[in-house]
Amino acid sequence: MSAAVEIGRPAAAPVPMQPEAQCAHCGLPVPRARLEPQHQEQFCCDGCQSVFAILHSAGLEEYYSQREASDARGGTPHRSQRQFEELDEPAFLQSHCRPEAGGVMRSEFFVEGVHCSACVWLLERLPRVTPAVLEARYDATRSVLQIAWDPTSAPLSDVARALDSLGYTPHPTHSTTLAAEQRKGDRALLLRLGIAGALAGNVMLMALALYSGESAGMAAEYATLFRWGSLAIATPAVFWAGNLFFRGGLAALRTRTPHMDLPVSLGLLAGYLGSAANTLRGRGEVYFDSLCTLIFLLLVGRYLQRTHQRRSAKASELLNALAPTTASLIDGDELREVPASALPIGSIVEIRVGERVTVDGVICAGSSALDTSLLTGESFPEEVSVGDRVHAGTTNLSAPFRVRVESVGGDTRLGRLMHSVETTQRERAPIVRLADRVAGYFVQAIVALAAVTLLVWWRLDASHAIDHTVALLVVTCPCALGMATPLAVSAALRAAARSGILFKGGEFIEELARPGIIVFDKTGTLTEGRLALTSWCGEEAHKQLVSAAEATSGHPIARAFQRSFGESPLHCESREEHPAGIRARVGARDGQRTHEVLVGSQSFVRAALGSLPISAVTRAQAHAAAGRTPVLVAVDGEITAIAAFADTVRADAESSLKKLAELGFQFEVLSGDDQRVVDAVVAELGIPMLDARGGASPEAKLATVTALRAEGQRVFMVGDGVNDAAAMAAANVGIAVHGGAEACLAAADVFTTRPGLSTVALAAEGAKRTLRVIRIGVGLSLAYNLLGVALAVSGRLDPLWAAILMPLSSISVVTAALRARTFTAPETP
Amino acid sequence: MSIIFLILPVTLLLSAGAVAAFAWATRSGQFDDLETPGIRALHEEPRECTEKTGNPSDRTS
Repeated sequence: MSAAVEIGRPAAAPVPMQPEAQCAHCGLPVPRARLEPQHQEQFCCDGCQSVFAILHSAGLEEYYSQREASDARGGTPHRSQRQFEELDEPAFLQSHCRPEAGGVMRSEFFVEGVHCSACVWLLERLPRVTPAVLEARYDATRSVLQIAWDPTSAPLSDVARALDSLGYTPHPTHSTTLAAEQRKGDRALLLRLGIAGALAGNVMLMALALYSGESAGMAAEYATLFRWGSLAIATPAVFWAGNLFFRGGLAALRTRTPHMDLPVSLGLLAGYLGSAANTLRGRGEVYFDSLCTLIFLLLVGRYLQRTHQRRSAKASELLNALAPTTASLIDGDELREVPASALPIGSIVEIRVGERVTVDGVICAGSSALDTSLLTGESFPEEVSVGDRVHAGTTNLSAPFRVRVESVGGDTRLGRLMHSVETTQRERAPIVRLADRVAGYFVQAIVALAAVTLLVWWRLDASHAIDHTVALLVVTCPCALGMATPLAVSAALRAAARSGILFKGGEFIEELARPGIIVFDKTGTLTEGRLALTSWCGEEAHKQLVSAAEATSGHPIARAFQRSFGESPLHCESREEHPAGIRARVGARDGQRTHEVLVGSQSFVRAALGSLPISAVTRAQAHAAAGRTPVLVAVDGEITAIAAFADTVRADAESSLKKLAELGFQFEVLSGDDQRVVDAVVAELGIPMLDARGGASPEAKLATVTALRAEGQRVFMVGDGVNDAAAMAAANVGIAVHGGAEACLAAADVFTTRPGLSTVALAAEGAKRTLRVIRIGVGLSLAYNLLGVALAVSGRLDPLWAAILMPLSSISVVTAALRARTFTAPETP
Repeated sequence: MSIIFLILPVTLLLSAGAVAAFAWATRSGQFDDLETPGIRALHEEPRECTEKTGNPSDRTS
């Protein structure tokens, strides 16, 4: 194979005139135009050159040898080129930085672009690049760089710019207190786990002595010693390490919800009291070893669950942290970047092209086209001019404008929407997990069995009645049952994350495993979320004129033209861009005759030309009726072409929906877009829908989902926009697809990190497989328990059997959980 | 065999020592980040070499 590649390579590549130059920073080939023969080092781009210069001036050339040692390629540094002025605002410093002794400040950045150990090496040597930084520590688990810096020698924005110039884009994270809280919880659980393990190990040693002594004949005094020793060790294990379960059991009793902790506490308590009584009496059996092992194994399950759950929760938090909501405040003659929430009402901000609007307000200067798809689901940009109201969460597409601020932060429409998301989420009934539901029946069965055992043995042999009952309670303690779910779920969470699906909690896997109604958003979910040229009716030659005219515009229509027609050989001499169209003079490069080109909506072209031919109008109306957006092209005052645009359906939508339908799901479409567009998309998909509705406001979406749930349906909401967020929070499971708005990610329970809908289908499929694994685990552990019950009721169970049965059942459940394939994508042939 | 009366408490004391060490390690954050230290160990500290040649920034070509 490798030989074939080596032979193939020289033939495939163009024969180089000279040995190909490699970029001194990233190792990629250097374009011929950038070759500088007089220099020793060659660079493929400005980014690489400046990083190289920074590293050299700071004496950090060792980075390259470090990188070679780690066998990684540098890659071209990606730089955001932002100024990070907002980091110097006092409000920001107060919320994101922690002052320490000696005037030192500590802050944390989530950094992008770290891919090998040489990057870590370089990041931790940041003090050599920016002397204001005193110490830098990188945490690879969280992708967070913690720095200590001296505010008197340089502002924080300097530090951020230095990181950015090295190609590691920094994002401030402000969950320092939250992270500290979580870390404290993690440490406490780990400590509990470690101590429980140590105690269990020691008790087991003594139990071994007891069991072997029993068969070999051990003097009574030694047996007593070991029993008292076991009691001494088991006491902290049960009441300190195990108090977690007692608390959980008590809470379950108080709220009358079934929970795993209830049968666990029952078994622990009965086992401990019975064994302690036997130790005091000096006869009868003791189960200290089984109890301690049980606590240790259950804690292992808890720990795994916590780590994995937190890992996916953290990914979503960091995604939220990626959105710095700043605005350019107009302060006298200059522009200043300030946090959006600190803007005074009535101040004026400028929104540049391509920028997200971060406030609600009224336009006071300029006009432009706004992409409102994330907020309303509308796929076609909205034209706005002076006096129009704009909302936070929309994106400016064509020209800069100024907005007088009316509300910021939580008072904006976006903020209120997010608030309703939070309330809905809080009010949603918690999901009762399978293991807990089983535990509910389980505890009743055990109590009944224990009562029967006690009564029957009381008649037969009163002296052993209590012993046998205790044995029953110990052996039925659901150790494997308690481990089955956490292990299967944490293994599944990991596999899912690897396939690009992040669950915010294991319970959502179980919830998604059983089919119901999936409500889809249209724009950006079923469709690509961007316009594409679907038909061109007119002169072929004029395509070049249009693509030259639209070449530099950021309007979605212009982008679609650019994608379809490619670069034009023609030259655009002048152009004026209006919100609804473009007027340009285009000609050949040699300055021959130029043409006046008009591209735009019907009304725009009509206004420019005076009137429109009837054929053009009917054709445009036909497109509009079919859910497409017509665009007219006029060259030198005459209509020569009509193009139609539509938001195309995702390539994998049909196959994914078919797969979901096979799993038993039904579908519904709820969109904020026009009904005709929704109908066209549904017709193209060709998959039966229960309902397909357009023009749905965020509130209507929420109401539909709530109504469906009230009918007893299981509802899953799949979307990408802020307008879907509330409905997502109300659904059984909310799924956000890749590329969605941050607000939507915050509301979702599951989100995909890869484009397309196939991940959604995979999530449902994987969830179903995971539930099967959980069921197998539960079944296995119940089978072991049944065996234990049979032994205990017949009075044949001794502590040795209990000690063997418990880990054996756990091991089989663990193997079943870890060997299962859940979220692996089927290999494409 | 009666030595066991002495050995047992001693063993327990020893394991108590191990547990105390583990508690200290956990509380001081030794287990917080299990990934980066592994990477960091690969980085040679250039301290000795910089002491010989002086300030590293003087070495730029």
